[in-house]
Amino acid sequence: MIEPLKHLGTTQVQPEKLDAGFSDIAPPLSKRQAALESERCLYCYDAPCVNACPSDIDIPEFIRQIAQDNVDGAAKTIWSENILGGSCARVCPTEILCEQACVRNKAEECAPVLIGQLQRYATDNADKSAHPFQRAQASGKRVAIVGAGPAGLAAAHRLAMLGHDVVIHEAQPKSGGLNEYGIARYKMTNDFAQKEVEFLLGIGGIEIVHNSALGRDITLDQLKNDHDAVFLAIGLGSTRTLALGHEDAPGVMPAVDYIRELRSTNDLNTLPVPESAVIIGAGNTAIDMAVQIKRLGAEEVHLVYRRGEEAMSATDHEQALARDEGVQIRTWARPETIELDNSGKVAGMRFVRTTLDESGKLVDTDRSFSLNAQAIFKAIGQVMITEDLDPAIEISGGKLLVDEQLRTTLAGVYAGGDCTGTGQDLTVEAVQQGKKAAESIHQDLMAAGDK
Amino acid sequence: MADLSIEFAGIKAPNPFWLASAPPTDKQYNVERAFEAGWGGVVWKTLGEDPAPVNVSSRYSAMYGPNGDVIGFNNIELITDRPLEVNLREIEETKRNWPDRALIVSLMVPCEEEAWKMIVKLVEQTGADGLELNFGCPHGMPERGMGAAVGQVPEYVEMVTRWCKQYCNMPVMVKMTPNVTDVRFPARAAFKGGADAVSLINTVNSITGLNLDQMVARPTVGSQSTHGGMCGPAVKPIALNMLAEIARDPETHGKLLCGIGGISTWRDAAEFISLGATSVQVCTAAMLHGFRIVEGMKDGLSRWMDEKGFARIEDFRGLAVANTTDWKYLDMNFKSVAEIDQDKCINCGRCHIACEDTSHQAIDKQLLADGTNRYTVKEEDCVGCNLCEITCPVDDCITMVAQDTGLPYMNWTQDPRNPFRE
Repeated sequence: MIEPLKHLGTTQVQPEKLDAGFSDIAPPLSKRQAALESERCLYCYDAPCVNACPSDIDIPEFIRQIAQDNVDGAAKTIWSENILGGSCARVCPTEILCEQACVRNKAEECAPVLIGQLQRYATDNADKSAHPFQRAQASGKRVAIVGAGPAGLAAAHRLAMLGHDVVIHEAQPKSGGLNEYGIARYKMTNDFAQKEVEFLLGIGGIEIVHNSALGRDITLDQLKNDHDAVFLAIGLGSTRTLALGHEDAPGVMPAVDYIRELRSTNDLNTLPVPESAVIIGAGNTAIDMAVQIKRLGAEEVHLVYRRGEEAMSATDHEQALARDEGVQIRTWARPETIELDNSGKVAGMRFVRTTLDESGKLVDTDRSFSLNAQAIFKAIGQVMITEDLDPAIEISGGKLLVDEQLRTTLAGVYAGGDCTGTGQDLTVEAVQQGKKAAESIHQDLMAAGDK
Repeated sequence: MADLSIEFAGIKAPNPFWLASAPPTDKQYNVERAFEAGWGGVVWKTLGEDPAPVNVSSRYSAMYGPNGDVIGFNNIELITDRPLEVNLREIEETKRNWPDRALIVSLMVPCEEEAWKMIVKLVEQTGADGLELNFGCPHGMPERGMGAAVGQVPEYVEMVTRWCKQYCNMPVMVKMTPNVTDVRFPARAAFKGGADAVSLINTVNSITGLNLDQMVARPTVGSQSTHGGMCGPAVKPIALNMLAEIARDPETHGKLLCGIGGISTWRDAAEFISLGATSVQVCTAAMLHGFRIVEGMKDGLSRWMDEKGFARIEDFRGLAVANTTDWKYLDMNFKSVAEIDQDKCINCGRCHIACEDTSHQAIDKQLLADGTNRYTVKEEDCVGCNLCEITCPVDDCITMVAQDTGLPYMNWTQDPRNPFRE
């Protein structure tokens, strides 16, 4: 139940329209479409798309395998670098990664090869009856991982493959992290995140303990004592606050909390839906929130950001998606006050117009405006909860400090994913960091074993 | 607009686009539809002796390009499977209905004088314009001593051609099989026997591919297959070479030629004509797309001729023959070097890896500050092989630039490096 919005009614959208709004946003390629699309790939050498892929997938190779009707081989090429290739195919902002780099964007070419869609075709259609990777000989080493999100899962798979035994502690009742709880429903449908986890666990040697939170159920000390290494993939726990009054009034809530419910529920009709909503933020989560609440039937949806469009971290593609949905994007406006009705519930929000001063600093102007809103969703980023960690782990910019080998400043403890300061907090980056951390852990454990 | 009409061994046709002897020309119904669509002539599907052969079910197979387009087309069909009398009646009626189109009849009977004598006289009575002797069919019929079994023996070619010329007054064209080591020998034999023209090529012996589950080639008849004859774009290079060989052979130079082999576009036709063909025959392209393709072929050819200032087909026919020579007469002093247009380059790296792995290591890859690669030609190492130009996916991005070496023409027979210099 979504506590802060429980005073609101539920969706009035017709069931068919609701289904359409939350079904697969990009339907999968058919065999014929995949065959034609794969033939568009030029099989570049030292390919720009590979250089643009945070997880180093050999894209021309897997596309050539699709073209040669070798779907199982294509999927293995993908999974050997990115075991969560199926979800990355769905959630990667390819428009700023591989597809942006595709040489077919250049003059006289028409459009990039649909790399994400082809990756989905391969990973969806490959034979998964037997897990495609085998474990190396057992090393006798045990590694603990905190967090069963993309970074934790990717690390677990690679560690298991290298012969180590892995235990993952996950605070939530389900694995998958943001793949399970944080992605717009229409980007990943049919319980895909769970199916992918199941596939990944097929390698063996990985145990997941759910509802096991660091600081509540387990401690880092314990983990360190009982294992040969610890990998922290704890993500970002709590949403930033607006630092305004009434932030706990009915009607105000973090977007990620609403999205978590939206993804978890079996029945969209049970969700509280405001008639009007304001989303504060400029990232893909803000867009996901705005589009989904609109599709749930909110009449008036405003996405408000204190800077200009060019500074929004949501990609152009995502912004266009929101606009097409009828979301009003308002820029250069800073939340000033949360406005309440007589019963103390959210009724709207007042904003101050902002601008840049001569030195390029964001400043208020003397103009302001108000927007009606039965609900205010905060999507202004998340912060890491550090209190359950060891003080020996250095924090930098609110995130865990790691070296190139993904080692924290505490010996034997590694970290990756959104909880570290590297990258743009993309799923594909989390996977890469998980994979890299696994390789570092393996190297360090093996080197230690030699002594 | 350019004049596309031609005269071929006395046979007039409004354009050089004829349909080859094949399923599209097996019946009056098809042929009249072709004439309605604008084809300049047809070669009626090969007639033989009664009883007509019987065909198997499952007859064609194909070799496909990357987008599922057919680049090679293979068949195991025999000559017409309709009674001789029916074909003769329809030929007569069709010619009467379409007097301005070329109607040539393809023939294949056993290698016996009486058999040829009888059939050429029957065809002559229909009013058809000419004969094409099918000495090329590579599948089925050779097992019965006909088709390519004749075309592969120059003496037989000459003998049968002579019979045909002896027993009728029609122009006789001999269709060449490409399944020989040197096409010039049967061509010389045909002309020695009195042929008015040769047409080439017939289909190439082929197996287009296998069904790896059933371990059998295609087309599959039950659980078996047999080799077929391939045509379509894949055979065009073979056909052009054989045409050029005959066109530049001193013994057959200047003889009347009809080009066949993968002609699908006006440009293909222009190439065959430039190597000496007076008319061209089309089959695969029509079988894949229908007769309507002739419209674009006629329009494209005449626009190109206008652009080049050719008023008639004869004006450019054979112009490329003189430029096709033996290797030993090529200029050893000619040098070309690849040039990459950096503005057009899309950084795919194909030229680099092709040259680096398989040629002369003449294309450098340099990582720029922006993370992209820049590819440049090492002129001193480039031998002008064209590989990079061929693998480059962008039009006119890599061009082969002729270098001014300041050296005179010198062929291999004159080259001091040739130990057997004349």
